[in-house]
Amino acid sequence: MAEVALHQVTKRFGETTAVSGLSLDIADGEFIVLLGPTGAGKTTTLRLFAGLEQPEEGSVHIAGHEVTCQAPAERDVAFVFQQYSLYPHYTVFENLAFPLRAPGRRGSPEAIRRRVQEIAEMLRIESKLNNRATELSGGEMQRVSIGRALVRQPNLFLMDEPLSSLDAKLREDLRVELKRIQRELGATILYVTHDQLEAMTLADRIGVLAEGRLVQIDDPREVYERPTSVYAAQRLGSPSINLLRPGTLGLENGPGGTETLGVRPEDVVLNGRGVAARVLTLEHLGVESIALLEVAGAGGAPQQVHALLGSQRGVAEGDSVTAAVRPGAVLYFDGEGRRLATGTTGLQERRP
Amino acid sequence: MSVSTKAYSVSESGKRTKWLAGGMVVVYALVSMIPLVWIVLTGFKSPPDSIAYPPKVVFEPTMEGYVNLFTSRSRQTPEYIESLGPPQTWYDALVRERNMVITGPSRFLGRYWNSIVIGFGSTFLAVFLGTLAAYAFSRFRIPLKDDLLFFILSTRMMPPIAVAIPIFLMYRELGLSDTALGIILLYTAVNLSLSVWLLKGFVDEIPREYEEAAVIDGYSRLQAFVKVVLPQMRAGIAATAIFCLIFAWNEYAFALLLTSGQAQTAPPFIPIIIGEGGLDWPAVAAGTTLFLLPVVIFTVLLRDQLLRGITFGAVRK
Ligand SMILES: Nc1ncnc2c1ncn2[C@@H]1O[C@H](COP(=O)(O)OP(=O)(O)O)[C@@H](O)[C@H]1O
Ligand SMILES: [Mg+2]
Repeated sequence: MAEVALHQVTKRFGETTAVSGLSLDIADGEFIVLLGPTGAGKTTTLRLFAGLEQPEEGSVHIAGHEVTCQAPAERDVAFVFQQYSLYPHYTVFENLAFPLRAPGRRGSPEAIRRRVQEIAEMLRIESKLNNRATELSGGEMQRVSIGRALVRQPNLFLMDEPLSSLDAKLREDLRVELKRIQRELGATILYVTHDQLEAMTLADRIGVLAEGRLVQIDDPREVYERPTSVYAAQRLGSPSINLLRPGTLGLENGPGGTETLGVRPEDVVLNGRGVAARVLTLEHLGVESIALLEVAGAGGAPQQVHALLGSQRGVAEGDSVTAAVRPGAVLYFDGEGRRLATGTTGLQERRP
Repeated sequence: MSVSTKAYSVSESGKRTKWLAGGMVVVYALVSMIPLVWIVLTGFKSPPDSIAYPPKVVFEPTMEGYVNLFTSRSRQTPEYIESLGPPQTWYDALVRERNMVITGPSRFLGRYWNSIVIGFGSTFLAVFLGTLAAYAFSRFRIPLKDDLLFFILSTRMMPPIAVAIPIFLMYRELGLSDTALGIILLYTAVNLSLSVWLLKGFVDEIPREYEEAAVIDGYSRLQAFVKVVLPQMRAGIAATAIFCLIFAWNEYAFALLLTSGQAQTAPPFIPIIIGEGGLDWPAVAAGTTLFLLPVVIFTVLLRDQLLRGITFGAVRK
């Protein structure tokens, strides 16, 4: 049974429809990541679960109960805001203890102290407990924010880009930490991010939002390999998927109605059998390199294609090379951007 | 994680510029202190010294002004004074040198107390109501919000004394003339528009997420307001309170018009302290000195908050 759910929820702000007919079922202990560009309705979705927004239509369910009309305090969820969630007039300890001191939940001071200590150790901020919230670095603040959600065991964690304001290293650390904590606690988390790496590594399932609609929700691998639309395909992968006209790179036309071909950069192979291409730029990323190629397009007009090269060497900017697409790695989309079933050929198993 | 919006000058000013600027500030401060210093000094002068021309900067200090401020006296013959026996206190002695005896306390303390009750009372009310109204204007969807805010501000578009006559008549009708309650209500009404507008600015600066986080954590809206919003409004409340207090404390025209007896405040009372042969300037100066104290103390106590508050968030940490 779905423990947490939205059923056909619509939320409008005046003229804009922030969330439109959205249904989402989250199983107990599941980690769901919402992906989508700015304005797609991610924050609004979280706020609907929290009770900070009331839907015009549809219902909200938490822990198996309908909570559409309940106040935020009654829903027992925890929210990590993108920013601004630490109280500047409190110390770190008081910030962490704040949810535990709420009326109706009030534990003994000793129990509160123990719990705060426990969480502080888990997030490695125990040495900062007596600091003012304003005397922390960005990373520490974000840890405290997350800690404030973790001190109690709510039915649902809502996290709105909690790591987006951090630098890369810290983000990676906290990401790993968060996944570990979630497994440990068996927590149910709805998480919003822009970062594909976070989405891929954290999520049990990824939900792709477009203009307030959920266009696809699947496990990360499925969303990556079988996106239902061009839009979903573009949400994952870096550099993002190459969108080509049929005929480019010597590709077949695919099923009828095909307008666009999608090829992931890692599926472009150089210097085998293939069409002539020229390397425009080459970016070294350490283990991998990204080459920007120019190939002859369908109508003769040149088209640019990204290729992700493994440890492949022997390519330099300005080189003339040959490029081809790994067999069976092509996604076919129709004029509306929907992916077309590829019939008998299907989507082959890809490299592991 | 509030963003500092403090503006630094583009280039660090040089040493000479700094000295020059510092010097100008000091000179300005000294010049604006002169009337204050003069008042304080005059309070310790004897009546002839206080009106001497050219003005005396060096003089023999005396407590006469203060004694006159606090007491009523009557002139007696030396024989009568002789018959009273030796003076009981230093101020008895001081008064007898001028052939007077103390007949009782003056009305100054009562007036001063009125000023305190009315000044702080109306400040408390204006800030209390202003805080609630500002919060509501900032956070709730209120029909005709902008119009209401404009109406509130429009009460400030003329000097309050312009409505003195209607208020005078109204107060007489309502029995509010010469009552502390009447004056408190009047000063509260005048200060409220300032207080709502100032405080609304401070509430607007506090991100809603703070309250939302508290509400999600299980607090009621009122608790979130008390625990999260109010502490962050401290600087704003302090600044607003000082502005309100200064107005209510110094207000002269309405006090003169609407109070004469039991509810009279210090401002209309002090300038008319009569001594021998006209105004008793040392007593007036002594009264003025004491009158300045509460605002000075209040301001010093709230100084830290005030510095942040008066700059309207520009130097928030
Ligand atoms: N309080 C609000 N008032 C008016 N419009 C809003 C409000 N909140 C969100 N919106 C609008 O709803 C849409 C979705 O916003 P949001 O959920 O914040 O998107 P995301 O978090 O995915 O960037 C946007 O077009 C935004 O402008
Ligand atoms: Mg958002």
